[in-house]
Amino acid sequence: MKTTQQPRTWQHVLFSATTSIFLASAGLLGLAANASAQDSFKVGFVTFLSGGASGPFGVPASQGAKLVVKAINEGTLPAPYDSQGVNGLSLQMVEVDEAGGPTKQVEEYRNLVQRQNVNAVIGYISSGDCLAIAPVAEEMETFTIAFDCGTSRMFEELDSPKYVFRTGLDAVADNVGAARYLAETHGDAKRIAGIQQNYAWGQDSWQDFTLAMEQLMPEAEIVNNQTPQIFQGSYGTEISALQTRRPDIVHSSMWGGDMESFVAQANARGLLSQATALLTTGESGLHRFDGQAPNGTIIGGRGPFGGFMPENDLSEWFSKAYEEEHGIPPSYPASKAAQAILALKYAADNSGADGVPSSEQLAAALKGAEFPSVSGTVNMGLSDGHQAVQPMLYGEYHFEDGKAELRNVKSYPGDCVSAPDGYNAQEWIKAGFPDSSCD
Amino acid sequence: MLTVWAILIDGFIYASWLFLVAAGLTVIYGVMRILNMAHGSLYALGAYAAASALGLYYAGGGDQLWMAFVIIAVCAITIGAITGLAIERGLLRLMYGRDEILMLIITFAVLLILEDVMKLIWGTTPYFAYQPYAAMGRINIDVLTVSRYDLMVLVVSIVIGASLWFWLERTRIGKILRSIIHDREISQAMGVNVERMFTITFMIGATLGAIAGGITAPIISVVPGIGIEVIVLAFAVVVTGGLGSITGAAIGAIIVGLARATSIHTMPELELFIIYAVMAAVLVFRPHGLFGQAVARKI
Repeated sequence: MKTTQQPRTWQHVLFSATTSIFLASAGLLGLAANASAQDSFKVGFVTFLSGGASGPFGVPASQGAKLVVKAINEGTLPAPYDSQGVNGLSLQMVEVDEAGGPTKQVEEYRNLVQRQNVNAVIGYISSGDCLAIAPVAEEMETFTIAFDCGTSRMFEELDSPKYVFRTGLDAVADNVGAARYLAETHGDAKRIAGIQQNYAWGQDSWQDFTLAMEQLMPEAEIVNNQTPQIFQGSYGTEISALQTRRPDIVHSSMWGGDMESFVAQANARGLLSQATALLTTGESGLHRFDGQAPNGTIIGGRGPFGGFMPENDLSEWFSKAYEEEHGIPPSYPASKAAQAILALKYAADNSGADGVPSSEQLAAALKGAEFPSVSGTVNMGLSDGHQAVQPMLYGEYHFEDGKAELRNVKSYPGDCVSAPDGYNAQEWIKAGFPDSSCD
Repeated sequence: MLTVWAILIDGFIYASWLFLVAAGLTVIYGVMRILNMAHGSLYALGAYAAASALGLYYAGGGDQLWMAFVIIAVCAITIGAITGLAIERGLLRLMYGRDEILMLIITFAVLLILEDVMKLIWGTTPYFAYQPYAAMGRINIDVLTVSRYDLMVLVVSIVIGASLWFWLERTRIGKILRSIIHDREISQAMGVNVERMFTITFMIGATLGAIAGGITAPIISVVPGIGIEVIVLAFAVVVTGGLGSITGAAIGAIIVGLARATSIHTMPELELFIIYAVMAAVLVFRPHGLFGQAVARKI
């Protein structure tokens, strides 16, 4: 077959021109992106945006973080964070959904660092995700703050952490604090039962709590512990099983929708009028129970967060701004997320860097630091300066005239509820809390 | 003795809920030979529709219990029937005659699509509609208390089971459906409009799923993902009882319910394991389930 060669001069010209414009645009965009990268600090923020943990935990955390990021960029935070940006750079937040499990989160983390080129990562509610991410963060040498997860194993399993920090307390503090509160306020309780979600968080929490109870209330008998599947939603049989054991106290580390469902069902079934519930994460339901939890229910906020926040300029600003924007006071996940963003600003502002601080500079600035936050002064005093030490608070839920409040609040110093460096947490509890100070 | 009573009461209450969830799944499989993975989404749709409508009703000052049940029923039946019709007419009818595995994959795709649709409509915040559950009160047996709402679920489950049995065994449509189950091609040759029967069956199965969700809504927090959680349990029940058998689903639900209640009261750490252990044990001795029948494959 004969083919005819058509003159293509005009096509070549068009092609060359288009290619040149495209390449020039790409170059300009690249330069612009580079320039933008130099003017801003990019932080990945990982929290549950879908699934059962999103509503009561992930979304409030996201809202709290966004509020603080916006105020940082506008320079409207109270002192000492009233300078605009982080180390003079505008703060960009890249949000990622934590749903999907640890394997997916490791992929997401690598994606954030390698493709999205974030300068730091803040996140993680799930203990499983923290355990998976911590070694990867160290391997990738990226400044990372765990803002909420509670497993005490995170720093026990990391060999000399350099880049990973946690600005909240661990589950040991929750449960030692819970046992101390019970010993102080319900010292006559004889029969203790529990209900925990059946995974690492629930199992570790129950172990820490029962070990602490053996030390603090040795007369009390552990009569039952239920272990329903996470996100099970319906707890009818578990409530019956608890009722037949006639407990005085029902301890639960369940969180989010599971915790709120359990409270509503147990209250309707009468379990919570037969026994007092102790909910280590109950503060997240403070403004959601709407009277479903009976007055006198003991709740914790995993530290001085949410309804337990002390009065200071930062907490007052945060509570007011959050309530104005979302119509309800901030719960503890929102406060903890805000605290982690403030820790990042503290580290960046004190890094001494000229421009975007490196992970090494950020880590050096935050290690062992004391910085003001919505929860008071945070002392990064454990795990070689990588783990926060703060007081643990518990109180009683009361609902009157359509308004919820905390009463009979008691605070336990960080040194009283957290294992000192050099101790395995469980061994520390079994040994009777050596080197702790509860004054 | 109290523990034995508790096991029996809890076992039957849980079994009734399991049967409600599994009934629609087994009806659709029995007639259409479609393992409908989207059944979980229909359950979730029923729960979301009921929870949001109840929320509006109570927020508007409503406090009548009977009205709450009317709302649950209307929401569940409406959303179940419409969604079922849309899935069957819009998608499944184009695939009839294809391999069962392909149909399973198609309905799994529908499940994933509906999960995201629900997130778009209702977001990710949990919905609570606990008022009917709390308002019905409880019955005391020594220290044990039984929710009247749970007992009502038991009654609804018995009524639905009996209605399904009557429909399949004693009505003209039921006889036609049974003829389709026995031989689809001969039924068609005898003048049965098989496609129409499929549409009716799928709508009924879908509505049963939505009713299960609607009735469950006042007990749980309605959150994204509840449909996926529930479909796994429903499969365990229908596989134990025998795929496609209403009686099998009822017996499977009772066995699983009692086994789970026994575990929770005596060995709580085995709660999840025991459900699948029962299923595995049944399948070892009866590979087609308790009431399932081996079917010769046409070549």
